[in-house]
Amino acid sequence: MSPPLVHDYIGLSEASSSSDKLSSSSSSSSSSTEDEKKSNNIDLNLKETELRLGLPGSKAPERKAGLVLSLFGNDLEDKPNGFKSFDDLGKSGNLFSPRSGKNGLMESNTTTQPSSCLAGPSVREVVPPSKSVQEKKTQVSTSNQHGSAPAAKAQVVGWPPIRSFRKNTMATNSTKSVDDDGKSGSGCLYVKVSMDGAPYLRKVDLKTYSNYMEISSALEKMFSCFTIGPCSSQGLPGRDGLSESHLMDLLHGSEYVLTYEDKDGDWMLVGDVPWEMFTNSCKRLRIMKGSEAIGLAPRAMEKCKNRN
Amino acid sequence: MDPKRSRNSPDSPESTRFPDEVLERVLSLLRSHKDRSSVSLVCKDWYNAERWTRTHVFIGNCYSVSPEIVSGRFPAIRSVTLKGKPRFSDFNLVPENWGADIHQWLVVFAEKYPFLEELRLKRMTVTDESLEFLATSFSNFRAISLLSCDGFSTDGLAAIATHCKNLTELDIQENDMEDNGGGWLSCFPENFTSLEVLNFASQQGDVSFDALERLVARCKSLRVLKVDKYVKLEQLHRLLVQSPQLTDLGTGNFQQELTPRQFAELESAFRNCKNLHTLSGLWDATSLYFPVLYSACGSLTFLNLSYAALQSGDLVKLLPHCPNLRRLWVLDTVEDKGLEAIGSSCPLLAELRVFPADPFDLDINHGVTESGFIAVSCGCPKLHYVLYFCRQMTNAAVATIVQNCPDFTHFRLCIMNPRQPDYLTGEPMDEAFGAVVKTCTKLQRLAISGLLTDLTFEYIGKYAKNLETLSVAFAGSSDWGMQCVLRGCAKLRKLEIRDSPFGNAALLSGLAKYESMRSLWMSACNVTMNACRILAREKPRLNVEVMKDDETDSRVDKVYVYRSVAGPRRDAPPFVLTL
Repeated sequence: MSPPLVHDYIGLSEASSSSDKLSSSSSSSSSSTEDEKKSNNIDLNLKETELRLGLPGSKAPERKAGLVLSLFGNDLEDKPNGFKSFDDLGKSGNLFSPRSGKNGLMESNTTTQPSSCLAGPSVREVVPPSKSVQEKKTQVSTSNQHGSAPAAKAQVVGWPPIRSFRKNTMATNSTKSVDDDGKSGSGCLYVKVSMDGAPYLRKVDLKTYSNYMEISSALEKMFSCFTIGPCSSQGLPGRDGLSESHLMDLLHGSEYVLTYEDKDGDWMLVGDVPWEMFTNSCKRLRIMKGSEAIGLAPRAMEKCKNRN
Repeated sequence: MDPKRSRNSPDSPESTRFPDEVLERVLSLLRSHKDRSSVSLVCKDWYNAERWTRTHVFIGNCYSVSPEIVSGRFPAIRSVTLKGKPRFSDFNLVPENWGADIHQWLVVFAEKYPFLEELRLKRMTVTDESLEFLATSFSNFRAISLLSCDGFSTDGLAAIATHCKNLTELDIQENDMEDNGGGWLSCFPENFTSLEVLNFASQQGDVSFDALERLVARCKSLRVLKVDKYVKLEQLHRLLVQSPQLTDLGTGNFQQELTPRQFAELESAFRNCKNLHTLSGLWDATSLYFPVLYSACGSLTFLNLSYAALQSGDLVKLLPHCPNLRRLWVLDTVEDKGLEAIGSSCPLLAELRVFPADPFDLDINHGVTESGFIAVSCGCPKLHYVLYFCRQMTNAAVATIVQNCPDFTHFRLCIMNPRQPDYLTGEPMDEAFGAVVKTCTKLQRLAISGLLTDLTFEYIGKYAKNLETLSVAFAGSSDWGMQCVLRGCAKLRKLEIRDSPFGNAALLSGLAKYESMRSLWMSACNVTMNACRILAREKPRLNVEVMKDDETDSRVDKVYVYRSVAGPRRDAPPFVLTL
């Protein structure tokens, strides 16, 4: 039905300071008009600052206009007092119930502001651990009903209250393939995956993937709560190198790049070497901001030039 | 013997020494630190007798006192328990480098307590250097336990293994530990045999299995062994064969293709473990291999299945073999049907914890509901501790549950959608928690969730007279709520609040109370700097620490208030303002 949801990554450049302002002053009515202006700014700027996970050989997909989330959906404009709006919504009964299916609020959100909001306030938000964000996690089930791609997951820092160890462990378990045939005992290769700005790390078992495409899409799913997916699943098959122009796209945009630390302690761009060599030498993965990855470019560029 | 009488006696001072010796002899048998605190308040003689006989000190907030003060008062300490960061740091609400570093404590202890034997830390920052220092400074060191700590790696464990010749306990639980390989286990010397407790279940990588097997084989007093998930089933068998005396076992990965012979051997190994009362680990377990456990299950009192994503059918098969369970931890993948099985198979159950397998997937319609909880309460009347993560709940269900189980001392209900009302009636969940506090008169710990107005807090203040710990998130309507709790709960020691509309009036209404509490935490509430300053000024024996990201906003993001005899802390990072 509607195209895959694209969500903003709060915590970027100019978007970040304003969104942080929003989150920290959600219940202060005096700063609400300022916030309203800022939320409009966010709508405009987010497109430029959207994140991707780009792998060598993948194409940056079309940007879809208009599918940009504003931080609190309608509510900040309608009700300056963040708390009040939550309470009002809460009192409308079946709002929060996952079983309630299509609920009234979802409908009203989309009818009043179709162009600037998506799925109401279902926002993926990553803030530095010192912040907590008031979020409503209402429309998640309803967005599924619309038959779109994996729904937005609104996340509040530190909620539900589960220790990191358990969070990371359960996450790793869920990415393992279900029909493993007992292979899990025969060796796994867990490496940490960090993403710049994400509040916690993840672990993946490199042995459960057989090529770069698989790991790329898995990581996208895993970190989709912090960034925008999907993209490189549309990557060109058979290409195992980077074109110069695409690399420049990747690195000069505000897209994210997948890098890894090899056995020598060097940080390398993922995708240069054959898959087996990669799994043998990869110690940990890091999803790095494109701007920071510029330093890696020369090596890869050399390689491109030599190849071409 | 009346100490006063002997003090007032006109006879020589020698006559006062006799009562002291008797007193000290008697007091040395006291273990509970609460009793000891009471004893120390009786009179000066008793204070002195108590301080000379205390061997274990428990410090619930590492900043409430300094190591110098502790060592000055208690000269004979052998065992220290320290807790550091506020509990919400477990959930990323406390920035990194906040503090609670153990090192300065170790430096003082190395001088004052060279015979220190035990150290148990929770939510402290511990570096590898500190662990190395610990291992090399205390020749008698025996036991270390680290829970929810950070700052160290497996290199620190290597230092412990290498230098602590008399180590009996190495207990590493749920820490943010950097994994530099499993070689630390091989650092135990070949002639080292004293280990009784070894827990490395949360390690994220391989250890040398040969080293582990040899270690287990030569430590004949080993009673607790919890391995990490990289230890395979057939390896587990070899370990069990070497240690049938185990009382507490944490398995590794419980999924591996076994030949019938291996299966039989494993089953036999479990059968030989006649003293097993605690079982955990069971990573990736499926009911396929449960039969190897059945012979050991009869004596189990604590079963931790919270890392095994079992289905209801798996529990239905397993639980009838565990009739003596007192404590059970599961994942919500077992669903209500699994909880029904608990209700019908575990009549002695006292503690149940249900963890969410997919806490961030709110659109998934799984997990447990109010029906499962009711089913457990029907079958397990002795239930007194519950931690329950769910996506829906009703007031009526909770009322039924506490009717069935009125003895709750710990009631922690987490409805995972913030501010979610009763899903059947649409009303707030006030009456649910009202029922809890009215019925469960012994309630010590309460965590609330769902849509809650001030009425919940009125109930808590009015009825929860034994409440010591209260956790609040996304709840309440106004200052009045928090004021009710501060006014009504006389025994309140720890109050932690996040994302609730309590402001300055609420904060300041507790002015007289905070010195009787361990700590107060408020984050994302409506408290401003001014109120914090007033609190700090009026109560100089409280530390009022504020974390504030936005310079222009007068509201504070986080405020942490705690009593202290050590004054403001000197190691506060730049983002923490002590007022």
